Amino acid sequence: MPNTLPASVDDTLDLLRRGNYVADRSLATALYLALKLRRPLFLEGEAGVGKTEIAKVLSATLGRRLLRLQCYEGLDVAAAVYEWNYARQMMEIRLAEASGDRDREALGADLFSERFLIKRPLLQALEPDPAGAPVLLIDELDRTDEPFEAYLLEILSDFQVSIPEFGTVTAPEPPIVILTSNRTREIHDALKRRCFYHWVDYPNAERERAILAVKAPNADARLAAQVVGVVQSLRGMDLYKAPGVAETLDWAQALVELNQLELEPSVINDTLGTLLKYQDDIARIQGSEAARILAQVKTELAASTAR
Amino acid sequence: MQGGLAINLMHFARALRAAGLPVGPGKLLQAVEAVEAVGIGNRADFYWALHAVFVNRRDQREVFDQAFHVFWRNPDILKRMMGLMLPTIRTESPDTQDPLSRRVADALRGTAPEAEGPEKSEIEVDAAFTVSAQERLQEKDFEKMSAAEMAEAKRMLARIALPVAEVTTRRHRPDPRGPRVDPRATLRRMLRSGGDLADLARRSRRTRPPPLVVLCDISGSMTRYSRMLLHFMHALSNDRDRVHSFVFGTRLTNITRHLRHKDVDVALDAVSAAVADWSGGTRIGTALHAFNRTWARRVLGQGAVVLLITDGLDRDAGEGLAAEAERLHKSCRRLVWLNPLLRWEGFAPKSSGIRALLPHVDDFRPVHNLNSLAGLADALNRDGPRRAESLRKWLKEAA
Repeated sequence: MPNTLPASVDDTLDLLRRGNYVADRSLATALYLALKLRRPLFLEGEAGVGKTEIAKVLSATLGRRLLRLQCYEGLDVAAAVYEWNYARQMMEIRLAEASGDRDREALGADLFSERFLIKRPLLQALEPDPAGAPVLLIDELDRTDEPFEAYLLEILSDFQVSIPEFGTVTAPEPPIVILTSNRTREIHDALKRRCFYHWVDYPNAERERAILAVKAPNADARLAAQVVGVVQSLRGMDLYKAPGVAETLDWAQALVELNQLELEPSVINDTLGTLLKYQDDIARIQGSEAARILAQVKTELAASTAR
Repeated sequence: MQGGLAINLMHFARALRAAGLPVGPGKLLQAVEAVEAVGIGNRADFYWALHAVFVNRRDQREVFDQAFHVFWRNPDILKRMMGLMLPTIRTESPDTQDPLSRRVADALRGTAPEAEGPEKSEIEVDAAFTVSAQERLQEKDFEKMSAAEMAEAKRMLARIALPVAEVTTRRHRPDPRGPRVDPRATLRRMLRSGGDLADLARRSRRTRPPPLVVLCDISGSMTRYSRMLLHFMHALSNDRDRVHSFVFGTRLTNITRHLRHKDVDVALDAVSAAVADWSGGTRIGTALHAFNRTWARRVLGQGAVVLLITDGLDRDAGEGLAAEAERLHKSCRRLVWLNPLLRWEGFAPKSSGIRALLPHVDDFRPVHNLNSLAGLADALNRDGPRRAESLRKWLKEAA
């Protein structure tokens, strides 16, 4: 039964696994709580650890519609919630004038009806859906400004929107809300209080290998182990931007495209751009440092297989 | 739910609150709901369920983790520990009232600190030139001020408002003379008249002040200035939103939250409690590195202006400083260096720290008296070119 909500934490883990998402138990618990108690889930973490992906996977495995609101500075109600279709309203008035047979009362009532309402993601998320309440992804909330954050409070606690000319729209069933933030700015406590919170961390080596096995099945097992080893030791270093899971996947794909079965220092140097995105970081790792890390990873892997 | 567990949850919530997490009754209800939902069969699930409810920020994880492990192994221990904490809280309470009562006492005692011989005679000389005490104070070096003058200067500092050239945002506001037509408002206006022609509604871009980031050196060589500069930073934080304040000596401390307190004495006490490296050495390169790595991406968004307040005397002799300063310069809209040493006539950019910093700043200004701070307001208001004229002379000397 793909359309029902999970009944336990293990169910939630299974559900995510069906969507090719390898989660750890802490994330599954937070997600299960959010689904069960119908409260938004607030995900924070470095870029590229798979925050947005969770919403996509949920929508696919639960068979729900995915509504995505990408936040940016200057996002306003007209772009996020609703707008009246003024052009059509004008046309309606002209048509009424031309035919000359409609009374003003009916026209007035009709002009601000649902027919002329352009629904943006937040309003769409409150509508009834035969497949069940949709998944609403509010992505990179930290990019928007404080006024919009305050506006979200009503929607996220009561799941309703007030439209002055139209009335209040209340969701028959609250949508599944996932909020993400990269922490370029601190989100206000009032908003966080209404959500379950989870910090999405970089995965450990074992889970990252599992992710690679699912997402990049073409990569040789030995190559995958080495890739994960190098990425993990890079994350322990003092870099401006440590590589995320997304970068690990990119790198593995790139190496597969280059027909590599094993990592070589020269190959690392050539493909470092898929992994690190700051020139300072690249300059630091390139060359002898890359060779040193690789040698260390290889001895560790050899030791663990010998055991 | 069994009463015992709910009561234990309540005690746990109280323990977290005592440890400084913002836990209210609403959170407790959520926690009870959450525990009911996941059940208590699995310790890990129980842990993460409570984690999802009680933890709101990443830095709270450590406190939660410790409290969880102490409490749920043996709740009695924590209760006893909290019992032990109570007397210390009681002894603390008169402490927090102390600055207030001292100020009240000061107010009752009158203007006691005035009785200082040499400073007073100086005032008389100035009076002969009919320069008012306030004007003279504006020119006076912070380093040479008496206690009473300091107090007056602090009062004047509190009134300094720093107008920073505003940046245009993506949002619009209605503006009859705006450069753009606002179709939405125009149609709405036409609707009112039943579709007849109407004036075009116009709009222009909204502006707002950019975030301001202050990085202030509090090392030994800056001692005479740092107290004054903290007053300045406090005045800034309370004057406008989006001000982020950091101090550094051998390490970097974010004092933004402490400075938000309206009462300047409480705010500065909180700062001195939070900062571990008062009046020590300076490691500018290390401090800037820490800033670039952990804070730059969080506070320099939306075109921030950075004020770097330091004398540039670096214990590490400018090692690694140039690269960090360059990165900082590249990630902000404008980097202004305020240096108290610039007041000396014979100042020459000879120290390696100063030479490393100079090429990467947009403006280089003195900061040693009230006038220089007021002049700073002008400099920030003028958006002009990234590199100011005043800098050229110093660059030439440093070369």
